[in-house]
Formats: sequence, structure tokens, C-alpha cells
Amino acid sequence: MIQVEGLTKRYARHVAVNNISFAVEKGDIVGFLGPNGAGKTTTMRVLTCFMPPTEGRATVAGFDVFDQPHEVKKRIGYLPEAPPLYPEMSVEDYLTFVARLKNVPAGEIKQRTGQVMERCAVADVRSKLIAKLSKGYRQRVGLAQAIIHNPDVLILDEPTSGLDPKQINETRELIKSLAGEHTIILSTHILPEVEAVCQKVIIINKGRLVATDSVENLKDRASVGSAIQVQVDTDGQADAVTVHQRLEQVPGVSKVLDRTAHGNRFVFEVESLQGRNARPDVARAVVHAGWNLLELKSSTLSLEEVFLELTGSQPAAALAPVSGVAQ
Amino acid sequence: MRNIWTICRRELYSYFVSPIAWVLLAIFALLSGVFTYIISASFVRASLEGQMSGQSFPMNLNDQVIAPLFSNIAVVGLFLIPLISMRLFAEEKRQGTIELLATSPVHDLEIIIGKWLSAVLMYAALMAVLLADYSFLFIYGNPDWKPVATGFLGALLQGACLLAFGTFISTLTRNQIVAGAIGFALALILWILNWTTSFGNSVSVQVLNYISIVSHMDSFTKGVIDTKDLVYYVSMIFLGLFLTARSLESMRWKA
Ligand SMILES: Nc1ncnc2c1ncn2[C@@H]1O[C@H](COP(=O)(O)OP(=O)(O)O)[C@@H](O)[C@H]1O
Ligand SMILES: [Mg+2]
Repeated sequence: MIQVEGLTKRYARHVAVNNISFAVEKGDIVGFLGPNGAGKTTTMRVLTCFMPPTEGRATVAGFDVFDQPHEVKKRIGYLPEAPPLYPEMSVEDYLTFVARLKNVPAGEIKQRTGQVMERCAVADVRSKLIAKLSKGYRQRVGLAQAIIHNPDVLILDEPTSGLDPKQINETRELIKSLAGEHTIILSTHILPEVEAVCQKVIIINKGRLVATDSVENLKDRASVGSAIQVQVDTDGQADAVTVHQRLEQVPGVSKVLDRTAHGNRFVFEVESLQGRNARPDVARAVVHAGWNLLELKSSTLSLEEVFLELTGSQPAAALAPVSGVAQ
Repeated sequence: MRNIWTICRRELYSYFVSPIAWVLLAIFALLSGVFTYIISASFVRASLEGQMSGQSFPMNLNDQVIAPLFSNIAVVGLFLIPLISMRLFAEEKRQGTIELLATSPVHDLEIIIGKWLSAVLMYAALMAVLLADYSFLFIYGNPDWKPVATGFLGALLQGACLLAFGTFISTLTRNQIVAGAIGFALALILWILNWTTSFGNSVSVQVLNYISIVSHMDSFTKGVIDTKDLVYYVSMIFLGLFLTARSLESMRWKA
């Protein structure tokens, strides 16, 4: 559905996107992942025909973005980083305007506008001025304008940025629900977002393509040396060192790290050997020793580590908000 | 065509839901009312004096009220025009809505003409206020209607021409105040140009006179539609809109 070959975009000073190529199949939800300044917005602006590429080609639904922008524009719904809203308009008037702009036939405009307002849960504010809406509502009005002409391809630039956790979840659910009908590319600098929403991921850093893969494969790569967090309460029968040593003896465990200790409660990070799931053995070992197993969970940092490995950047610099709820 | 109207309609919506249209209408109603009053009062005084002194100058409502009124209104319009056109593109750039327009299946030219047309219609709404003022002259006097009609046409053409340049200026910045200020400076220059051209008749003065947008109004206020002026206005409109199109295009390459 989308083909990008050797795409380069040079601004006056520097190269924002450097010779990247990828393809997106019909019906995919693809996460476009990279730290701030990686070139995500720039790539999306080329795909939406907002600006021409400096070098290379991109086609959407078989049409070249440079030679046939009009045909491409007809088939694309785009939500820029800042939703393109007119604050002085009411939600319904705004969507009616966008529908006309996207050549929705006059007879269907009212019906289409009603549908997308229901779909994006903004029907209750239909006659409110956009200026008076909360951030979450604005984002959903932004999504509504992107899908109003039922485009083949949806391009969403950081659709959850600046939202609170509840709004983030709602927006992700909404995007997932759109998946069947549209091919979707969404950009984000938050890893868990890719895991939560996408099937495929395209990782870029400093304008260069780092990896394209399915989210599943990426997770598999990530499970190399995957870690488990264990919380043990010994009721005073053993100290941290004893527990540490016991855990190290569990088959399949490669490494144990002390995390925190509060009285008799100890938290360890346990790394298992490649391809091994050490969790059952760890649990059995703790219980056999007569201690209480308070918590046993796998750390979800894995994909992040893969990302850091791939982009070769320092953890702090690459991804400030790691939790997934931050912007 | 449909796209032009879609764009134009939305612009008019924005003019009239925001205070700008109403403030402009109020200012214009006030100023044109004051001008109408002053000019017609002095006409009445002059004609009374003429009668009392026994001399009978040929007094003519068209020459002595309507023509000067149009000239004055054209100057007022000159300074209100930047207020109409300054937001057209600057505001889209600031809000980021330019990304919606530029990625929708409409041509740049449709966007430009739609926006410019909305500004012209807004300006025509201001001119409509003048109709109220003129209706008094028709009720209490007996002026020739033709110079009034051509005067309106001239004022509209002059407005359309300046608005085309205002639209261009608005593409240069994302700050509508800056766009307004540049438009204002342009209006000032044109106005001064119009002044200086009333001195002398050298070649340079004639050239300036031809460039000056305002001087092309004169024949219209006298009830004459001169093809030369018509061609001038139409080509200036084309130039303004052409510059706008080039500016949008270069913005895409740089942006
Ligand atoms: N209009 C522009 N002019 C010059 N440089 C730009 C412009 N837009 C973005 N850049 C630069 O290009 C790089 C990529 O930016 P962008 O595509 O916005 O990244 P992302 O969306 O991944 O954060 C950044 O270094 C940014 O500073
Ligand atoms: Mg960005």
C-alpha cells in the first residue's frame, strides 16, 4: 500500500531523513518509532504530499507522491502532530467543512459527519466550539477529520502525545478499532505504544532506518537475556545474601541482581539464559526454601533494550519517558 | 469551483463568528457616516451661500459630494484592507491548519482564490454600508446614479487588487500582526504616492501615477469606466495572486 524507496529529505542546514526505504502492506498497523528529531514527522509530511522529497520516491496506493499528489491526497487521512483545528468553529461545522474539502459527495456529508462523530466519541460536543474542548476531545476531533472520507491510508503523527493515561488508552482502542478498514502508520517515541497497538514496527534514528520488523519478532529478539523481577519475604529466616545465592543456583538463571530490601522483603532481578523461561523454577525454589513469594513478574523493559541496542543511543537520551504514560 | 466555494465559505464563517467582521463594519460605518455628513454639509452650506450672494454656480451633487466621498472612502478602505487580509494564511500557518489544506485534494490555486474571494466579499460588505449613506443623497437630492454605480465598481476593484497583495503578504509570516503591519506600510506608501502625483506632470510623476493603485479610482468616481484602468486592476489582481501561489509553492520546498 505504501512504498518508500531511498527517501531523503534535506532541510537548509541538515538532513532530516536519510535514504530510508520500507514498505507497508494493505491492512497493516505500523508503528513508526524513533526518538524526538528522528525524522518521523518529516517522513510523514512527504507521504502526505505536504512537502516533496529531496531524493528518492514514495508511492501511496500506487500513486507517486511527487507526480500524482492529488490522487495520493484523495486516499490519505492525516492527523498532524498538532490537530489541524479551527478554534472558532463548532465540531460539527468543522467536520462538515473537512468532508467538503475531501470531496465527500454532498448528499453523504451529513451522514458521514454523524458517523465519525459517533465513532470518535465526540457526538456529545458536536455543537461546542473547538476552542472550548479539552485536549482529549481535540485529539479525537482530529482523528474524526482524518477518517471522514474513509481513506485507504491513515497517517497519524504522535496521536497520543500530550494526553493523560485514560485518554491514551481510549485513543489506542479507537486506533485499533480502525485497523480493519484502513492501513495505518502511526508515529511515536514511546515503545509500549508500539507493543499495544501495532503489528509491525519501523525504527528510525537520526534520519536513518534502524530496523523494520514485526513486533513479535522484535520481542523475540528482546527476550535474549530477558529479566524477571522477584520479591521474596523470608520472615526473618534468611538474609539477602542467602536468598541471592539460592536464586543463582536455580537452573536456567544466568544472573541475579539485588534491587531493594525492606526488612525481610527483598527484591531481585533475575536474568535467565537465552530461550529459557526460568520463572517456574524460581518460584519452586523460593517456596521449597520455605520463604514467601510475594511477586514474580517479567520486566517489560525488554523492547526498550532492543531499541537502545539498535539505535545505539544512551538510555536517558533516547527515551525520557519510559513508563508509557508520559508524553 | 466547488472547492473554491468550500474554502471561501469557511473563511466567511470565521470572519463573522469572530469580532473582526463586526469591528470592521462598525469602524467603517462610523467613518463613512462622518465623511458623508461633512461633505454633504459643506455642499449644502456652499449652495446656500451661492444662493444668498446671488451668484449661481452650477452645483452638482455628483461632482461635489459623491466623487469626493468615493475618494475619501477609498483611502479609508486602503487602511482597513490589511485588517481583512492579514489572517488569511498567517493564521493557518500558526494554527497548523495549513497542513490540513495542503494535504487535502484541493489545488493551491483553489485555496488562494477561495481565500481571496472571501476577503473581497468581506470588503464588499463594508461597501454595502456605504449604500445606506448614499440612500440619503438619493432621498433628498437627485444625483445621477451612473457615477455611483461605477464608483462602487472602482472601489471594489481597488479593494480586490489590494486584497490580492494582502493575501500574498499573509503567506510570508505566521504572525498575523506582522502581516497586518506590512500591509499597512504598503497602504501608506500607496497613499503617499497618490499625493505626490498631484504635483507636476513630469514623466516620473506619470509613471508613479500609473503604479499608484489609488489614482486609477478617479475615472470610476466620475462615472467613466476606462479600459486602461480596468486592465490595470485586473492585471494587478493576477500579479498578487500569482505571487501568493509562488510563495505557497516555495514554502512547501522549504517547510
Ligand atoms: N522545517 C524545518 N526546517 C529545518 N529543519 C527541520 C524542519 N522540520 C524539522 N527539522 C529538523 O529535522 C529533524 C527531524 O525532525 P522531525 O521530522 O520533526 O522529527 P520527529 O518527528 O521524529 O521528532 C530534526 O532535527 C528537526 O530539527
Ligand atoms: Mg515529530
